[in-house]
Amino acid sequence: MDAIAVQNLTKRYKGTLAVDDISFTLPQGGVMGLLGGNGAGKTTTISMLLGLLVPSAGSITVLGHDMAKNRFAALARMNFSSPYIALPQKLTVLENLRVYGNLYNVRNIRGRIAELAEKFNLGELLERPAGELSAGQKTRVALAKSLINHPDLLLLDEPTASLDPDTGDFVRTALETYARESGAAILLASHNMAEVERLCDNVLMLKSGKLVDQGTPAALIARYGREDLEQVFLDIARNTGSAREFAA
Amino acid sequence: MTGAAASAAAASAAAASAQRIWGLVYRHLALYQRSWPRLLEITYFPTLELLIWGFTANFFSHAGGGSNKGMGGLVAGGLVAGVLLWQVMLRGQLGVTFSFLEEIWSRNLGHVFVSPLRPAEMVTTLLVISVMRTVIGVLPAVAIAYFCYAFNLFGLGPVLMLFFVNLLVMGWWVALGIVSLLFRYGAGAEALAWTLAFGITPLACVFYPVTVLPAWLQPFALALPAAHVFEGMRAALLHKSVAWDQLAQAALLNLIWMAVSVAVFGAQFRAARIRGALISIGE
Repeated sequence: MDAIAVQNLTKRYKGTLAVDDISFTLPQGGVMGLLGGNGAGKTTTISMLLGLLVPSAGSITVLGHDMAKNRFAALARMNFSSPYIALPQKLTVLENLRVYGNLYNVRNIRGRIAELAEKFNLGELLERPAGELSAGQKTRVALAKSLINHPDLLLLDEPTASLDPDTGDFVRTALETYARESGAAILLASHNMAEVERLCDNVLMLKSGKLVDQGTPAALIARYGREDLEQVFLDIARNTGSAREFAA
Repeated sequence: MTGAAASAAAASAAAASAQRIWGLVYRHLALYQRSWPRLLEITYFPTLELLIWGFTANFFSHAGGGSNKGMGGLVAGGLVAGVLLWQVMLRGQLGVTFSFLEEIWSRNLGHVFVSPLRPAEMVTTLLVISVMRTVIGVLPAVAIAYFCYAFNLFGLGPVLMLFFVNLLVMGWWVALGIVSLLFRYGAGAEALAWTLAFGITPLACVFYPVTVLPAWLQPFALALPAAHVFEGMRAALLHKSVAWDQLAQAALLNLIWMAVSVAVFGAQFRAARIRGALISIGE
């Protein structure tokens, strides 16, 4: 079964086409990157996958559930993390994790928090207010929150934005480990091409709301005759190199 | 599915729903536990209002001959009871809107709305917090009224509970209307959370009978449950009687207004999901 099946997804805001008729599938256990410049439609697509936004047309099926009819059944089995959405700053890390453990109906919250605290080195942070943590510590807490319910599908919006290389590598390793051990699917939007090459086995390239290309990082690099994904991204964003030939 | 299996599934769903509601209630309890300014805010205005109107009531009491048994005493009692009960509506409303705004201020709504928490469960959470905030906010003022102004609100008898419930419910539907405006206009509508209910006060007839209003304004006042509650309160104070007709009208109006408010809330929530307002509600 696919973790995500999107068919002809479209989102229109008062004449602006934010997402234009895109279709894709993410198999269970797969890790997919959602790439594109600012305004390409990544956040809009993720918002529709999360049920925050109703599509203008098309369908979304998440973990076998039609998001238009039964989004809460899907939401219980997925989770989300973004550096742009905060956790309550006054609450301690422990309180935040308790809140989300209850919101996601985790049965043994205490045990699950202990597991996550060990996995993400949160032991000394548990009693500290979330607002007093460094960016790297906040990211580790956000990641723990996003795994509190053992999600079968994880949506991540720029999971390593503004992190130092060490913390970024810690997060990427944690995501690789979780995907491998749990068999969960991951969809991540990122501007870090090296991260996408490392984590993703499939990549969607969005531009002006359209899905302009997709494939494995290696296949895309080969197709565009480039050395890495960053050069492919620039070709597509600037319509240069092979991207111009494909567009023609 | 057999009847027993269906019952078990319903019980399991109810337990899951209760756990999600508790999760968000706990979030607010944890917040208040480590924020004394927020706790102070809950009790500050009811206490301040009570002090101002309590002294005013004392003045009327003395003007009436210095005895609580005279007309001055009844006016004074009406003032203090009116202040205390009107605070139930105001605190009830603020308890809902303030709690919702807390999620906006902490930029946490995105996480809440992508969790399995249903909109109805979020509303239930806001109502639970509202009850807690109202009781915590009003009780000190009730105690001050008793010890400083010799006014015992509980002297109104068991009917007090009906006044309390009607005014609390009125606060809830006003609050749901304001939250709907927040969905529609974002945090820019935040000022309404503080001011809208105060704007209703002249029509609530807290300190005077509805008949004092101009004839053209009276139907508007009578469309509000509060006007009937305060007519009932004055009947209890002046005649020691329960105005069941007024209480019934208040309850009926609350049912109608609450139905309207819930429908508007649902429509605005759906519209917000179409416009993308849930993502940018903090702006």
